[in-house]
Amino acid sequence: MMKGLFKSNMAIMIVFTAVVLTAPIWLAPIGASYPDLLQKFAIFGVFAIGFNILFGLTGYLSFGHAAFLGIGSYTAVWSFKLLSMNVLPAIIFAVIVAGVFSLIIGFISLRRSGIYFSILTLAFAQMSYSLAYSVLTPITNGETGLQLTLKDPRVIDGMVGIPVTDSLPSTNFFGIAMSGYEGFYFCAVFLIIAFYVSLKIFRSPYGMKLRAIKSNQTRMKYTGFNTRPYLLSAFVISGMFAGLAGSLMAVTDPLAGAERMQWTASGEVVLMTILGGMGTLIGPLLGVGIIKYFENIFSALNDAALHEIYNFLPLGLENVMVAVSSPFVGDGWHLTLGALFMIVVIFLPGGIMEGFSKLSRVFGKSGHEATEDVVSESSSKTEGEK
Amino acid sequence: MGNILEISNVNQTFGGLHALSDINLQIEEGIIHAIIGPNGAGKSTLLNCCIGRLKPDTGSVMFNGHDMIGMQPHDINHAGMVRVFQTPEIFPELSLLENTIIPALAKRDGTFKFNPFATLSKEKDISDQAMSALADVGLDRFADQHAGSISRGDKRRLELAMGLIQEPALLLLDEPTAGMARHDTNRTIDLLKKIKERGMTKIIIEHDMHVVFSLADRISVLAQGRIIATGTPDEIKNNPKVKEAYLGEEAEDES
Ligand SMILES: Nc1ncnc2c1ncn2[C@@H]1O[C@H](COP(=O)(O)OP(=O)(O)OP(=O)(O)O)[C@@H](O)[C@H]1O
Ligand SMILES: [Mg+2]
Repeated sequence: MMKGLFKSNMAIMIVFTAVVLTAPIWLAPIGASYPDLLQKFAIFGVFAIGFNILFGLTGYLSFGHAAFLGIGSYTAVWSFKLLSMNVLPAIIFAVIVAGVFSLIIGFISLRRSGIYFSILTLAFAQMSYSLAYSVLTPITNGETGLQLTLKDPRVIDGMVGIPVTDSLPSTNFFGIAMSGYEGFYFCAVFLIIAFYVSLKIFRSPYGMKLRAIKSNQTRMKYTGFNTRPYLLSAFVISGMFAGLAGSLMAVTDPLAGAERMQWTASGEVVLMTILGGMGTLIGPLLGVGIIKYFENIFSALNDAALHEIYNFLPLGLENVMVAVSSPFVGDGWHLTLGALFMIVVIFLPGGIMEGFSKLSRVFGKSGHEATEDVVSESSSKTEGEK
Repeated sequence: MGNILEISNVNQTFGGLHALSDINLQIEEGIIHAIIGPNGAGKSTLLNCCIGRLKPDTGSVMFNGHDMIGMQPHDINHAGMVRVFQTPEIFPELSLLENTIIPALAKRDGTFKFNPFATLSKEKDISDQAMSALADVGLDRFADQHAGSISRGDKRRLELAMGLIQEPALLLLDEPTAGMARHDTNRTIDLLKKIKERGMTKIIIEHDMHVVFSLADRISVLAQGRIIATGTPDEIKNNPKVKEAYLGEEAEDES
């Protein structure tokens, strides 16, 4: 019965929407219910969902998607500066501009596959990053980052008669300020839409063809498919999702910096997708949740906090434990992330979702089938198992 | 009937190796034409030249009056020439049913169709078609299994179903029964005979003479990149050059 339930898009969407909208409540016990973090979950969720459409379905691993994130942010901030503090034009332009850029970068990068494709996308992203710091400083404002100023024209706001104030205006959606929980719920709506789009794609003939390309591209060609436009369209869709995520970052904090385009940012979304389970519907979101939640905890820890955690131990041992743990917290969070990632890739190459489906097989209860059904939406077999 | 495929003056070299020398071959519409010959004779290479995997050094491959040389593989497929490979080319991560749905979609959707909001599970006609193609080759029981998990012989039959579902005008089969148990081989022979009645032309490469002689209307023998004989099964059986080619190979094997 549960299995049948999750076959219906409607049921999945109802559950998903309820889970997302009630996140401030059910995340409260683990201290993750404040708007800043919730916004991050939602925004990176959009990013990862889009990335998974390319990487999870076609198997093409882009190492440059943060470039589209950055482009989305810059476009959105420019829209705030030139047109209006209303977030709607900012988001629309960001998605369009990111789409155009991904069309160009995708067109060139997709001339190659495998590792060469990854390297091309990485090279493009690093080029964008350097350009943002050098020749493009008039557009990006270099290291300071692109910010709002009092002198910004904001033509549309002027035309509709929004009064100019002495302080910097805040981003809004037709008057609703995009901060705090309003900001989260605004991003959450996009997360839900993004998830719906991804669900539809996964269950469409188009999505199945993308999975078939991942499985055997040669076969696809001799079966009568021109694989290039399939790959390019998937690339552009995921680039537009990244642009959307970038614009949402600017919506919740109207500022854009080049570091958003750095390769580490591209790498992060790869980690999130693999950690959660590439090619599954909810895996990437789990990856986002886990990484952003632990980043939040670990990067806030310092030696003093560690001493407090370990103070139940005898003093000598306490000091040893603090010394051992401290490289992994604060700025050393990436070390923890790296270790976590290695453990998952070695023991669970299909990510956390594979772990779930293994568990549900072990317990073999009908109640678990539902999860497995969603898990194996795309084949739950992964690259790593090949 | 006329010729569906006319291969003229095809030469293919790999470095110094002359894999195909001056191949001239006409395939009559509606028949099963077998190509036999020792290992390394160039049989698979010849098929590669037909379906756009290789671009021969010289020559032309006229299919229904159009030259296929230089055309993209997907366009050749839509022109009506479909290949089943020697090493099974399937989608190992997809289910058998999905494996057969894909070529059915190719036939319906063309080389590219962007329909991300269509729902696959509502395409009942396509999945019925795929299911009956699986039933034709006797694999419908395994429809939900991953194609990577079935035996090599079953993979061949799956790929055959994938080719047949597209109902090509010309089907190229590269050793369709290799690795199959006797009874599956016989099944495949029956299936191919049955399909012949639907008027699909086939080129079949085969080492198994039982298969060749129970199916072929005409046979061409390829040895060291040259066609040394073409004729009816009886003519080929009694052709001294053919005997020599095969005996020659056996002599080599022993040395
Ligand atoms: N892509 C290639 N590059 C280099 N040499 C090749 C290539 N393809 C085939 N050959 C060589 O061309 C010759 C003919 O190979 P081909 O695969 O066509 O033989 P075949 O008749 O199909 O043999 P078999 O019965 O073993 O399948 C062989 O010597 C082979 O090594
Ligand atoms: Mg061969």
